[in-house]
Amino acid sequence: MSDAAIAKPKDWVPAGDLQTEISAEKMLLELPRELQFITGSEAAREAIRRANVDVAISYPITPQSETMQQAGYLYDDGYIKEYYRGEEEIGVMSAIAGASRAGVRALTATSGPGLMRGMEAISSWPGARVNPILLNMCRVINTPLAIQPDNIEMSFLINTGMLMLHAENQQDFFDYTLAATEVVDHVDVTLPCVVSVDGFFVTHARGPVSLPSEKYKLTKRDGWKNCVPAMDNENPPARISRDAPIQKSNFISYHMHASWQQEVFAAVERSGKYFEKLLQGRIEVVNPGAEDFIIASGSAVSQAREAVRQEGEQGRTVGLVKVKTIRPWPGQQIIAAVKDAKRILIPEFNQAGWLHKEVCSTLYGECKAKIFGGPRVYGGMTMPTEMVLEWLAQARKDYP
Amino acid sequence: MSLDTIKPSPGFLEHLPVEYQDLVNHGQYGKQMKATDMGKFKELIEEHPMCAGCAMTLFIRLAFIALPCPEHSIMVGTAGCGRLAISQGNVPFIYGNYGDTNSTASGLKRALEIRFPNQKKDVIVMAGDGGLIDIGFQGLMHSWFRREKFTTIMLDNEVYGNTGGQESGMTVQGKVLKMAPRGKVNEKTDAMGLAKVAGVDYIARIVPTNPARVMRTIRRAILVAREIGSTYIQAYTSCNIEYSIPTPEVMKDAFDIEKERYGFEEIISDRAKEFLAEVEKKPKK
Repeated sequence: MSDAAIAKPKDWVPAGDLQTEISAEKMLLELPRELQFITGSEAAREAIRRANVDVAISYPITPQSETMQQAGYLYDDGYIKEYYRGEEEIGVMSAIAGASRAGVRALTATSGPGLMRGMEAISSWPGARVNPILLNMCRVINTPLAIQPDNIEMSFLINTGMLMLHAENQQDFFDYTLAATEVVDHVDVTLPCVVSVDGFFVTHARGPVSLPSEKYKLTKRDGWKNCVPAMDNENPPARISRDAPIQKSNFISYHMHASWQQEVFAAVERSGKYFEKLLQGRIEVVNPGAEDFIIASGSAVSQAREAVRQEGEQGRTVGLVKVKTIRPWPGQQIIAAVKDAKRILIPEFNQAGWLHKEVCSTLYGECKAKIFGGPRVYGGMTMPTEMVLEWLAQARKDYP
Repeated sequence: MSLDTIKPSPGFLEHLPVEYQDLVNHGQYGKQMKATDMGKFKELIEEHPMCAGCAMTLFIRLAFIALPCPEHSIMVGTAGCGRLAISQGNVPFIYGNYGDTNSTASGLKRALEIRFPNQKKDVIVMAGDGGLIDIGFQGLMHSWFRREKFTTIMLDNEVYGNTGGQESGMTVQGKVLKMAPRGKVNEKTDAMGLAKVAGVDYIARIVPTNPARVMRTIRRAILVAREIGSTYIQAYTSCNIEYSIPTPEVMKDAFDIEKERYGFEEIISDRAKEFLAEVEKKPKK
């Protein structure tokens, strides 16, 4: 450490040491809250403040989000125990995995291009059974370059074995981050979780967020409680090279690799019961039983809500399914919610329509509704409510 | 596994794996072995799938024996020949993605310091020349710039051996190998020089011709990393397959290369010198 690095005075007490540990259930569902008007990045900061994070490693990738520099201030205050700026995303995603392997709670944040740069490391997390939290502020990854929101990068994460949440707004970003922090630590889960939010619309815009007191933080990660041993050399038997067996498929049966993957995806499903409780359902249903439904996640939910409201003013009932957990995928809940629907719209903030594909494969043979892959905006466009209303009108016209 | 923090109850001891019992009763746990003891105790690494006559295997075997505290050591590696042997050792081994060793080790080491503030844990990266100087270059250099407290050992066979003999950044100029059909154009990367410029506290270049010296060098590097800062060992570990060195000639090649261009060298910072003088004055048991 150079002289330029500021040492804390000897009598300094880290702010985190003054917080009281509580469960996520108590934090999210029981504590009284106070309303603030803050940005999505600030909501993330407030979640990290209460998440009892041990190690946070950052990389700028500005100007998408200021979350990780906010994490730096939290480190300076003593809410985070270790923090540094990594060399780039492969380095950061690897280092976060290294920290998580040692049995501590680790967190970082990124956005589209950074996520793709770190993707090799990220996609190895589930199989390594490390469980860091990744906050992802979605951003265009396609050329030509842009810094606008577009959540196509989520499609690359869907089948990695990661847990995936998609926040609609600033409030969700706060709540989901804390829920994820606890869920990943369950011994029958032990998986990483990415909490995505549509950049700019949420990260840089203010919105109402109800916050529990900052006097509380989540229970710390217990490094002994994993589905595989932490890499701390504290566990018998001696030969605990946990990575090696699955990496040596030319020596050990391919079945071992296959069964390891099966277990990862089974763990994804097992996390569902915890999210169900902490998020008060993995989907939210508005106007159940409607003939017309909109199924959406992320910011598209907000546009859909407004469309539902305006349709209601016209005397037409439109249903809405908000998907909170992309993985584990709440397929059965979605089937139950829309089984009697006639028309389903799936608005998305990306060109690929990954949510549309997920919904179609879920509802195939389960529902007679006509499913529309749209409206879609991308490259940073906003989605006017009128666009959703036009699609609804057209759908009614084409499939009366 | 910590001998101090985890004490099996006497009734349970006999049910622990024989391998573990042997490491405690007849092996390196809690003890410090010498090169001359080889063959007389339970080694951390006893079997491997490496090629016959591989000098890298000899070096790795010595490295394991040299660990100052194997019961508190974690190894980090990447794709390459070395990991085939390293993963067989009785030391936890992280086999990560391509070129991620030094980034992974950075997070791992810092996290271990949080969890075990009163117990030093040694993190040792042991990876090949390609894994460190080519694909892992950025992570390697930045871990040095950040003064991360772990040891990096380069198994320098001057070729991508595991993938079938392509040139690496550490291949010497002019060598004809796969991907260097007309001979390697550029010079061997001066990794020692880079380490020096980056401020690495203990740097050593070595050939496994002298087992005692190899072990002393590795111990020095690990002890300096424990207390002072980054350390780096560059070991010539020839690939007898890709360089067509007849098995009986492998050690002769090592001696020749050592004499020709790979002589033993240590570059030690003043603070590391001071530390080593103190440590080596009163060697630990």
